[in-house]
Amino acid sequence: MKQKKLVLIVGVAIATTIGGFLLASDHIDAPAVKNQTTDITDLYVFNGADTNNLVFVANTQGLLAPASTAAAAFDPNTLIQINIDNNGDNVEDEVIQAIYSGTTMNFYGPVKPSMTGIRSKIEGAVTASVAVTAYGAAPVTAGSASGIKVFAGARDDPFFFDLDQYHAILAGKAPGFNNPGKDAFAGTNVMSVVVEVPKKLLNSTGKINVWLTTKKKV
Amino acid sequence: MKKYSIKLMTGAAMMLLIAAACSKSNNNNPPAPPVYYDQADQVGRPAINTVFIPASGKDSFNTTIPTQMPGLFTNDMKTSLAALNPGYTTNLLGLTADQFIGVLSTDVLNASTTGVTSFYNGTQVLTGRTLSDDVIDVELILLFGGPKGSDNPGLTSDHVNGNDKPFLTSFPYEAAPW
Repeated sequence: MKQKKLVLIVGVAIATTIGGFLLASDHIDAPAVKNQTTDITDLYVFNGADTNNLVFVANTQGLLAPASTAAAAFDPNTLIQINIDNNGDNVEDEVIQAIYSGTTMNFYGPVKPSMTGIRSKIEGAVTASVAVTAYGAAPVTAGSASGIKVFAGARDDPFFFDLDQYHAILAGKAPGFNNPGKDAFAGTNVMSVVVEVPKKLLNSTGKINVWLTTKKKV
Repeated sequence: MKKYSIKLMTGAAMMLLIAAACSKSNNNNPPAPPVYYDQADQVGRPAINTVFIPASGKDSFNTTIPTQMPGLFTNDMKTSLAALNPGYTTNLLGLTADQFIGVLSTDVLNASTTGVTSFYNGTQVLTGRTLSDDVIDVELILLFGGPKGSDNPGLTSDHVNGNDKPFLTSFPYEAAPW
């Protein structure tokens, strides 16, 4: 719905001085990806339960109602790519790729990519492969000999924000947030890819810069 | 009679197949062309496109690589910050408006591979992003809270402090879907 799409309002004279504001982490952030399998919602990067590992969570296709989740699916034409810069120049030195084969989610990397930037190709051989967990089933996971763990399937959207109150503030109907607020993402799902990687595979000297991209088959 | 015909036809068919197979293996067929994928969406830190990029630039931002972002989007982002908070001076991290945009304009998520990972927990700053990090409150405080985080108290928290389901303590960490 166009009304729900965030438009950054610049220079609007509202007493509280809020202009356009946060919609959601990246949910339906732009026209070209709205309602597409390429629409990213969030990226998370955090220590695993074993702190020798780093976990990457790549979420797409947000605001799935429970009734729509059984039919939600990954897209064999959408490459999900986690980009890792480990020398501070903001160019990817390693990538982790995930792409749906129609039955399984196949993972590649972490690997130094043969090409960087807008265009990518699948890099090398499959590292790990996992069946997509069916809606309502216990998580199906798989691993690699190198200690990587992988998952792909629907999950509760981990993002939380009082989006409706934000809209009220934008419309001049409220001067600020309520306490307590109401999470507009409660009860919604996302399609999620989770990869846990031994840190030694990341070629890092302590700091990395990470960004998540979705790429459409040309 | 029919049996002989079938055998002959089968034999002929097989010879054709063999001939075709031999032809293929001798022929210099070009290798299959490589399959490419082009960027459609990207995210580094949460909400940067939605907060700072005007509607006209959103699709472009999603198809820009991090090294090109400052050159293309710094001015838009500075304009957005000034519109969001005309009274902005510095924030809890001590950043001026230009410095703040300087950090944000390359949209990558910083993470540590040697220490605690957190978007901001009072001690660690931009060393990762956990599922339970309240990134909205962090960004609200940095945008509206002023040097001490106490300005604009109605705007520095949405008072939604956690997820609707508890996370798992083991892989895959995210909660089961509704």
